[in-house]
Amino acid sequence: MDRLSEVSASLVGGFEYNCIIFFCTLVMAVPLGLVITFGSMSRFKPLKWVSKTFVWIIRGTPLMLQLFVVLYAPGLIFDIPIKSRMTAVLIAFVINYAAYFSEIYRGGIESIPKGQYEAGQVLGLTKPQVFFKVVLFQVIKRVIPAMGNEIITLVKDTSLARIIGVTEIIMCAERFTKQGLIWPLFSTGLFFLAFCGILTLLFGYIEKKLDYYKG
Amino acid sequence: MSILEVNNIHKSFGKTKVLQGVDFTMERGEVLVILGSSGSGKTTLLRCLNFLETADKGKIFVDGRLIFDADNKQKPSRAEIRERQLNFGLVFQSFNLFPQYSALENVTLAPKLLAKERADFKRNKAAIYDEIEKNAIALLDDVGLKDKMNNYPCELSGGQQQRVSIARAMAQDPKILFFDEPTSALDPELTGEVLKIIRSLAAEHKTMVIVTHEIEFARNVADKIVFMSEGVIVEQGAPEEVIDHPKQERTRAFLNKLSK
Ligand SMILES: Nc1ncnc2c1ncn2[C@@H]1O[C@H](COP(=O)(O)OP(=O)(O)O)[C@@H](O)[C@H]1O
Ligand SMILES: [Mg+2]
Repeated sequence: MDRLSEVSASLVGGFEYNCIIFFCTLVMAVPLGLVITFGSMSRFKPLKWVSKTFVWIIRGTPLMLQLFVVLYAPGLIFDIPIKSRMTAVLIAFVINYAAYFSEIYRGGIESIPKGQYEAGQVLGLTKPQVFFKVVLFQVIKRVIPAMGNEIITLVKDTSLARIIGVTEIIMCAERFTKQGLIWPLFSTGLFFLAFCGILTLLFGYIEKKLDYYKG
Repeated sequence: MSILEVNNIHKSFGKTKVLQGVDFTMERGEVLVILGSSGSGKTTLLRCLNFLETADKGKIFVDGRLIFDADNKQKPSRAEIRERQLNFGLVFQSFNLFPQYSALENVTLAPKLLAKERADFKRNKAAIYDEIEKNAIALLDDVGLKDKMNNYPCELSGGQQQRVSIARAMAQDPKILFFDEPTSALDPELTGEVLKIIRSLAAEHKTMVIVTHEIEFARNVADKIVFMSEGVIVEQGAPEEVIDHPKQERTRAFLNKLSK
């Protein structure tokens, strides 16, 4: 009984890190992704080129590698080592997910028919008004399913933080494994399952809410 | 003074010369119908006049005021673009209603956003919005859709959607209302309800430019008919002249094909 409460306290403590990584990444990567989208859709060629290359690099390399790069590169190159491992994790995650989100947004924006922009323009709306009052909502509706997938992937990716020493849930469980106790490791799955279950329900609800119109 | 004067409009896409010098004038309250086979440049002309495309050459005057000059390379300010855009309204072949808004919201969206620029907006917001909504409901009533004002576009038939889009264009009270084949995307049994609305606008002496293939409709709604071919106006005049006694071979060929 004592063992059980010790294990669960440790796992809950570890999962707190997973949750922090999840929420911080989400809150920062969602808007940052939009900025990258504007960059990669810009008519200003250098900006477009830089954004696209950035997205290519981030999506073309493992997140695990990016974690190491963010942790070590500032110290090696600029001689300003990252003090907190958690900061490194957050930087890597935010950049990585912003790149993925930006591609989802771009797909969504490009799927909106040209006629929507033109109708807004002909009615005398300014470009920002067309984007925020006409297009954005339609984009949100279209990207919600893909965002749901990506965000659920994020939940599970948070456990990668352990490879640079952040004591998230799986790292906590591994300590018990070393003591010959395997079930704590397996039971971490329940945490992820519960979290993803809640998110699935949430996204299902949002999709249903936005289903009041077709198109 | 003419309400609209279009002067030597040229437009190319790459090497394709689509408009090669279009000239015409319109008087207030006039209905101008543009005929012409597919690919003759009718849509491009309407898009140039509504600033969805920038003409390569030519001038546009509204009420004698120069609002577009291709030779003036200075970029117009946002306020100027906005102002010249508001002279004109455009009804698209494919309606282009905003799917996330109800019929009423489609009509009120632009006027409400525009109202925010009024000096007295903060003070009179409620009254201004109230006025805009009343006006929009009246417009939807005019097109016979007052009882559908809370429906979303996906819940309306094509004919109903096009009627909402006419009300939406009217809500900005444009000096000239343009229609680009407003019934071409509709099932034949739905064209009548849309044409009826346009006829009633003509009866109220709304100044309109209509691209259509509905010859009988053109004959009885138009004050003047323009026939376009290969990016130029080949022939223009009263409906009975152009439709019944066309002078040009190309016009005759077009009308013959249409009546078959
Ligand atoms: N954005 C564009 N890019 C290239 N060619 C175009 C474009 N828009 C129209 N065209 C060409 O211009 C010609 C006239 O088109 P359009 O104005 O749509 O004619 P209409 O409306 O009379 O059928 C066509 O040959 C069409 O292929
Ligand atoms: Mg056309």
